[in-house]
Order: sequence, then C-alpha cells, then structure tokens
Amino acid sequence: MNFFATVGRFTLEALAALGRLAIFAANSVRHVLQPPFFLKNIGQQMMVIGYYSLPVVGLTALFTGAALAQQIYVGSERFNAESTMAAVVVIAIVRELGPVLGGLMVAGRVSSAMAAEIGTMRVTEQIDALVTLSTDPYKYLVVPRLLAGLVTLPLLVIVANTIGVFGGFLVATQRLGFNPGNYLVATMNFLETTDIVSSLVKAGVFGVIISLMGCYHGYHSSGGAQGVGRATTNAVVSAFILILLANLIITITVFQS
Amino acid sequence: MTQTPKIELAGVKKRFGSKVVLDGVDLTVLKGESLVVIGGSGTGKSVLLKCILGLLRPESGMIRIDGKDVLRQSHKERKAQMAKFGMLFQGAALFDSLPVWENVSFGLMKARGMKRNEAKEIAIEKLQRVGLAADVANLHPDELSGGMKKRVGLARAIATEPDIIFFDEPTTGLDPIMADVINDLIVECVRDLGVTTVTITHDMASARKIADQVAMLYQGKIIWQGAKEQVDNSNNAYVDQFIHGRADGPIKMAVRSA
Repeated sequence: MNFFATVGRFTLEALAALGRLAIFAANSVRHVLQPPFFLKNIGQQMMVIGYYSLPVVGLTALFTGAALAQQIYVGSERFNAESTMAAVVVIAIVRELGPVLGGLMVAGRVSSAMAAEIGTMRVTEQIDALVTLSTDPYKYLVVPRLLAGLVTLPLLVIVANTIGVFGGFLVATQRLGFNPGNYLVATMNFLETTDIVSSLVKAGVFGVIISLMGCYHGYHSSGGAQGVGRATTNAVVSAFILILLANLIITITVFQS
Repeated sequence: MTQTPKIELAGVKKRFGSKVVLDGVDLTVLKGESLVVIGGSGTGKSVLLKCILGLLRPESGMIRIDGKDVLRQSHKERKAQMAKFGMLFQGAALFDSLPVWENVSFGLMKARGMKRNEAKEIAIEKLQRVGLAADVANLHPDELSGGMKKRVGLARAIATEPDIIFFDEPTTGLDPIMADVINDLIVECVRDLGVTTVTITHDMASARKIADQVAMLYQGKIIWQGAKEQVDNSNNAYVDQFIHGRADGPIKMAVRSA
C-alpha cells in the first residue's frame, strides 16, 4: 500500500510541476511578443550571461579540446589513423562538446544566480511590489533573461568551438609533432555547414533552457532562505538534465545515418 | 442615495490546499476612510490584502473596487485598476538592484513612461515628504536602516498618487519611536492626499493612531467592525482579549506541543 501511495504521490507532483512549467513557459512566450520591452534589462542580462561567462567557457573548451586531441591520438595510433585526428577533434567539438559543455558551464553559473536573485525577490515580496507598480514581472524579469539566453549562448558557443579546436591544434602541433598547415586544412575539410548550424541551434535551445529553469524555479520559490536554496539547486539540476536531453533529441534528429 | 463604497468584499473565501485561510470575509471601506484590520499572526490578514490587490485569486466571493467587480475583469481593466493602488510592504520590498530614487519613481518610469530626470525630481520631492534628505536618493536599499526603508517604501507607494493605499504591518520591526514617526507620516499622507487606506497590523498603538474604522479578523472571518472610538467597549470578548493582549480568553493560540 505504502509503495503505491508513494508512486502515486510522486506521479501527481511530477505532473503538477510539468503543468506549472508549461503555464510559466506559455506566459513567458506570450509576453515576449507584447510591448513594453525592457531593452536595458535585456542588455544587462546579455552581459551577465554572455560576457561574464567567456572566461569559464573559454577555459573549459581549451582544456577539453586539448585532452580530446591527446586521447584520440593515443587511441587511433593502434589503427595507424593519426591523420583523422583533426577531423575527429573538430567534429566532436562542434557537434557535441562545444555546445554541451558550454551550456552546462553557463547553466552552473547563470541558472543558479537567476534562481537565487528571482527567488529572493519572491520571498522578500519584491515581485508583488512590481505588480503593484503596474509592471509585469514576466516582462521585467523573465523575458529579458530568456531573450538574452537565446541570443548569447550561440555567440558563446562559437567562441567555445573555436577555442576547443584551437586546444586540439595546440596539442597536435606542440606535443605530437603535427604540421600546423596540414592540421588546419584537415580541420576545415571535415567541417560541414550542418555541423555549425546544429551547434548553433543547440546553443540557442540550451540558452532558453538555462534562463527558463533559473526564472521558473526562482519565481516559484517559497519559504525564506531555505526555499531560495532549494530553488537554486533545482534550477541547476533541472537545467543540466534538460540540456543533456535536448542535446540527445537534436543530435538524433539532425544526424540520422 | 448612498455613496458607492470604495472597496467592498462579500463572502470572500481563499484556501491553500486543505487549509482554509479566508472563510467568507465581508468588508466595506468608504471613500477617504482609513480601515485598520487587526488580528493575530497567521489569521490571513496578508492574504486578505493580496486578494484585494489581485495578487491572489479567491475561490469564491466578490470583490468590488469603485463598484466594479475585479474578479470578472479583463486583463486590461485589471491593469488600469492596479494604477489606482499603492502598497507599503511589510519588509518594504525595495528593489535592491536599483538606487533609492529609481525605487521611488519606478511606477512613474516603467508604467507611465516618465523621463528619468523628471522622475528623479519627483522622487526627491516624495522623499522629502517622508522626511528623507535628497542625498538619500542615490543610496542603495541595503545602505538604509529599517526605518528609512519603510520611509522609502512609503514614498514609493505615494509616488504614483494612488486612490487606495495598502499598508502591510507598517510598524513591525521598528522601535516605538520610529513606529510612531511612521504612523504620523501615514496619517499626514492620508489626510493630505485624501486617499482611502487599508492597513493590517497587530500593533494596537498604531491602529489607534491610523484608524477611522477597525475590523477584527479571526478564523477567516471579520468578527467585529466599528469606529475606532468603540473598540474599547465593543462588548466582544475576542476584541477585548486582542486589544489588551491577554493570553487567556476565547482566542486559543495554537501552541505547538504535539
């Protein structure tokens, strides 16, 4: 009996959360299209999400690209296929690692901060205060973050991809004795338009997920400092899971054999 | 002909899950009147305010502002309605990312599109009204004391020149002298602006100072309403117990023992 009650309660709670999220997302989209637009807030959020994430995303990409090159070299040595290294590095970075790792790093940085900020505004009644001052909290808080996420993540991922490939290039030419010219030519030859487009589409989707999770969990937080803490954790965890799930779905859809 | 009440509630019910918070509230506030709702902690006073403001939606009942049923209004009408309201929150609820003057003139700039320099002038004027010097305008809320925050909150509530102002525990967390200063400011603002106000508090000193009418909320219902002068001889055991702050009486506090 107890087991069924637990399963039932869990299912109900999960469905209720899904419903709340759907309503939240629908409200947000509705408000994206209607004036007034708080352009200053969008600019601020683009700085927070994009510009200030550059160091962490850049370092992540650099180290990952370098480690990837080393591993592929060691692995492919057995098949005498060192020459395919450049191709594997660029494809792995652009198709998967650049957007996914970039998205995860930004989610860790930004979803948590958004949830904490909006959650604190919720529990200190600042969101209610916005409403009493005739300002829609969706328009003022949520929409600028969603738009900033949608626009800046692709830009960040372009940077991450470039630095990631460069990391591989460094290891290949400095440690493994590859010819720099040949390596770059091989890189360019194997990179296709589909790779870049899918990378940017992923980034845009991840950007929306990051902002949506941060805003949603912050907006629905309750119960003081503890509630805000919970919202922050939930924002990051759910952003991570949704990014990985969305990545899988996009990869399966775009890269059918 | 009798005048249309500014605010009119009938049978308002609100519950959270299985917990009934408001169980059929009936309340009338006339234009220019100051109503103080008293009641113990957790009796739903804040929920009542939020229902009138439209921040929460009651399950049943009717709420009329200026004779218009706010629960059956379109989105647009509600927005127009909201412009009539001002609210001073318990913790002041100042936007901590903005300097004081932008807090005060937030409604003017964001909702009414006023230019920044004009809005700043008005903000400074409103700050002076509540007894704050012009140099406070550029501080951030985290640099202010509790009493100053309340003053800024009050300045923000009156900045848009609303018809109705709500005060949520305006004196809670202040020392008695600062509480009285805030009370005086509220009385002054209300008299000068001619607005209708609803205040919720459990501070009887504050209630006696601010109120024209007093209503007591207990177990989700208004159990007594009358003029301030009658509060001491209400012949209501609940009201007597509350205003004298006695532990013994018909009101049993839910003490968490089991």
